[in-house]
Amino acid sequence: MALLSVDELSVTFTAKGRKDSTAVDGVSFDVDQGQVVGLVGESGCGKSVTSLALMGLLPDKGVRVGGRALFEGEDLLTMSPRKRRDLRGSQLAMIFQDPLSSLNPVVPIGVQVTEILRRHRGMKGEAARKEAAHLLDRVGIPDPDRRLKEYPHQLSGGMRQRALIAMAVACAPRMLIADEPTTALDVTIQAQILELLKELVDQEGTALLMITHDLGVVAGLCDQVNVLYAGRAVESAGRRELFAHPTHPYAHGLLGSIPRLDAPRGEPLSPIRGSINDRISWADGCAFAPRCDHYTMECLTGTPELTEPRAAGHQVRCVNPVLPKPQAEVSA
Amino acid sequence: MSLLELDDVKVHFPVRKGILFDRTVGHVYAVDGISLTVEAGQTYGLVGESGCGKTTLGRAVLRLVDITSGGVVFDGTDLARLPGEEMRGFRRRLQMVFQDPLGSLNPRQNIESILSEGMAAHGIGRDQGERREKIKDILAKVGLPANALSRYPHEFSGGQRQRIGIARALVLEPDVIICDEPVSALDVSVQAQVINLLEELQQQLGLTYLVIAHDLAVVRHISDVIGVMYLGGLVEEAPSDVLYESPRHPYTKALMSAVPVPDPEVEDARERILLAGDLPSPANPPSGCRFHTRCPWAQERCASERPVLTDLGEGHKVACHFAREIEEGTVEQTRSTGIDAVVATKAVVRKDAEVAQEAGDPAAAGVPSAAAESGADASVGAGRPGTGTAAAEADAGGADEAPAVPAQSTAESADAGERSPGTG
Amino acid sequence: MTKKADKIDRLAELMQSSEATTGASLWREAMRRLRRSKMAIIGAVVIAVFVVLAVVGPWVAPHAPTAQTWRGEVFANQGKFVGMRGENWFGLDHLGRDMFSRMLVGARQTLLVGVVSMLIGLLVGALVGVLSGAAATLGGRAGQRVDTVIMRVTDIMLSLPSLLLAVSIAAVMGQSLTTVMIAVGVVQIPIFARLLRGSMLAQGGSDYVLAAKALGIRNKRIVLTQILPNSISPVIVQATLSLATAIIEAAALSYLGLGNPDPAIPEWGVMLSQAQRFFDNEPMMAVYPAVGIIITALGFTLLGEAMREALDPKLRG
Repeated sequence: MALLSVDELSVTFTAKGRKDSTAVDGVSFDVDQGQVVGLVGESGCGKSVTSLALMGLLPDKGVRVGGRALFEGEDLLTMSPRKRRDLRGSQLAMIFQDPLSSLNPVVPIGVQVTEILRRHRGMKGEAARKEAAHLLDRVGIPDPDRRLKEYPHQLSGGMRQRALIAMAVACAPRMLIADEPTTALDVTIQAQILELLKELVDQEGTALLMITHDLGVVAGLCDQVNVLYAGRAVESAGRRELFAHPTHPYAHGLLGSIPRLDAPRGEPLSPIRGSINDRISWADGCAFAPRCDHYTMECLTGTPELTEPRAAGHQVRCVNPVLPKPQAEVSA
Repeated sequence: MSLLELDDVKVHFPVRKGILFDRTVGHVYAVDGISLTVEAGQTYGLVGESGCGKTTLGRAVLRLVDITSGGVVFDGTDLARLPGEEMRGFRRRLQMVFQDPLGSLNPRQNIESILSEGMAAHGIGRDQGERREKIKDILAKVGLPANALSRYPHEFSGGQRQRIGIARALVLEPDVIICDEPVSALDVSVQAQVINLLEELQQQLGLTYLVIAHDLAVVRHISDVIGVMYLGGLVEEAPSDVLYESPRHPYTKALMSAVPVPDPEVEDARERILLAGDLPSPANPPSGCRFHTRCPWAQERCASERPVLTDLGEGHKVACHFAREIEEGTVEQTRSTGIDAVVATKAVVRKDAEVAQEAGDPAAAGVPSAAAESGADASVGAGRPGTGTAAAEADAGGADEAPAVPAQSTAESADAGERSPGTG
Repeated sequence: MTKKADKIDRLAELMQSSEATTGASLWREAMRRLRRSKMAIIGAVVIAVFVVLAVVGPWVAPHAPTAQTWRGEVFANQGKFVGMRGENWFGLDHLGRDMFSRMLVGARQTLLVGVVSMLIGLLVGALVGVLSGAAATLGGRAGQRVDTVIMRVTDIMLSLPSLLLAVSIAAVMGQSLTTVMIAVGVVQIPIFARLLRGSMLAQGGSDYVLAAKALGIRNKRIVLTQILPNSISPVIVQATLSLATAIIEAAALSYLGLGNPDPAIPEWGVMLSQAQRFFDNEPMMAVYPAVGIIITALGFTLLGEAMREALDPKLRG
């Protein structure tokens, strides 16, 4: 059985005097032990809200959460706050986009790391400090003993993200949720952090749920990829399959609109028209229809179902998927 | 003659302290001697990571920041020494598109007002009616509906706002547009729209672009010539395809190998050159070659002598003492570029060719966590004896451990400090 | 091609619901939010009542505020007062004058003191703030020096306790209503100046100001059309809030005996001051003006806070 099994997760924000807005509209995916699963999509696709819902970090009021998220057989969504707190940090850890705001600015790094060791692993005093230094060393922070005494603002962005990763892996969690962990970083630093995450997954067998907008990052890291649009998964496949045969018009368009470093200069991009604001409700049809070149009347009648038009295990939520034409092959 | 020529441009921000009468306590060397030329009708792409000074350089061309020394020659006139009012006139011909489409539009002006402001300042159009006709024309060019005129920036999507930003530059009929990260704040699917628009406009109107971006893929896509910046200086310059085919500077190589490509086949096959450590602070740049503290091939000479940009032929210029030797493989790697550049904290400087080779293979170098410490220790042992680059090594350590305030924030705070001395 | 038209129509229909309002400036949106705020409505009603009273008070007052019509019925020294009764709704004061009429007429004085002193603070403060802010953002090195000097002066003004400053001004200028207004107004100057300058500085560093410079727009115009409209909202909020403090401070100065020396002209602060001698026997004499001051100040504060919320897009819930 999968380590984490998310089934029809939905998150709706309700505010008085305003229309309810659904951020996540029925997302399902599984994460196995030692697997890297990607949730990829643009702003407003619901990928970050999904991670917050899984970690139980959504506000209590004004939010309606539906569906199930079984972590080792227990539902994260209905778990008591106390139990979830215990789980968080020890079994399930999270890395955020902005390392500076996820670290307490007035507490030295060392105290923040040892706090976790004390709470979840019952370590104290010198032992905890030693382990903290070892953890910083593990994620490649030079001179860990000195760094432990420093405050978050004294570290560089890459170093802060490492410290956050050190804290996340402090208790050898079964699963790591990384929400845009490298978006705020420069490319060369991003490469360092991605290699580090890769190595952690390889060495420790940690499962990783990678949330990102960057298809390049996904291509290098994830085993299984879920493409989200307007709060729903529109395509889900193994990484090689997905990048070789993007079948949902959105995924297909997305890949066609990214300038690639290895593409010859001057090759025109084929962008998707409009913006995420041009959409319809999933209840009425396909949310992507207003931006899609191939939409038909059928796309405007009810939520399209997930099908496997191309290969087993390659799920696509589209009634007019991009399939290879007899004569002309369409692929990335 | 080229349309825009930068000659040894330097922009140093003074860091000031004091209550009433402040004194200069140091400088942030944001741009430190950059020369480049942009030909008419071409796109020059300037790429580099945050804190490398690329944004400052773009602003220096428009004199939005004070140029410390050097020349900015535009169409035969040196802008760097132009008095204020004359410079104001020249701004019509040099325009700018900003990174943050919302932040760069005045939230309290409607689109018509935003677009006509610049025209009024330069006396374009006799009256508002004439200006409005021209604006409608430009709006159609950038793909915005004519009813946008009476609306406000917050009512548009990110991509549309960037189109407004582009329209604002276009109404003045400029010769050169400096695009500072024109698409980095936009969603991927919208980025392509804006990139295509910029290219179409260039063809239609014969514009010259100076595109500043951190995304090498974007820069490569739209540029004819690319300049790579590191810590205030240009380390390499070449035609777009040449740079991609054969990057010569170690930093360019590392940068190129770090850019993720949305293709698993490419990702799996490629060998990453991982750089150790972070960008040093531009307030306290390393001696000699700015890159020697992180360079995998750093030699003794690199720490003492700053390399100049030299032409290797076909417009391919590199600022590296050992560009040729690295290419021929006659100079040994002094630092690991594999996974242990990232996880082994104790020894990044190595001399052993054997160890370096081993490091090239991430699988072999991936030490199990329990043994990580001892493994790293062992490599210290391997690295220390007979290190010919003692100076370089010491410097490297120093840079790694220097109070690593992120480079950009240092520049910013210095900037802010300059604006409001002693009141922060 | 009717099939194609059909699907386009259907799509347009489905997208209709998500259509946003168009052509609304930030000011108009702020007004819309303000109209929806309960706090703003309560505040506005209180202020409206107060203003109406201040305007029409003297004409609708049932009795002359200075006429000691019932002086024979009140023996303040012996502690004999007349409380509420049909003829005199709020009772009589120590000189046998109708308290209700005095409250009505006094509202005008109180409003006058509040508005004038706020305006002194606002106008002078905003002028100083604009100069300082403009010098700091666009004036180069020299401008920054000017800004530093101005700000040091306001720092000194701010560091003096406001009541002490007002008392000293009143002591120098002598007792009069004008003194009170100036004293209270001067205290507000550095607050407005700092606020506007700070706000301008924050806007001055924004990208759209940089864009305006890049467009070649003249500095004066950048200040007037770009920076100022975006920095003014905290000042508007502060002006509303400071009306409340101005009324309270004016009352305090009057209470300390620095206000209008002519006891015949009713003013809530003066009334409160006069009432203290008789507080043991007739507390209501103090309660009416005190409650009047509190409610009015509260009205301005409520409206000010509501405006702060409406004008600051970051607080939008």
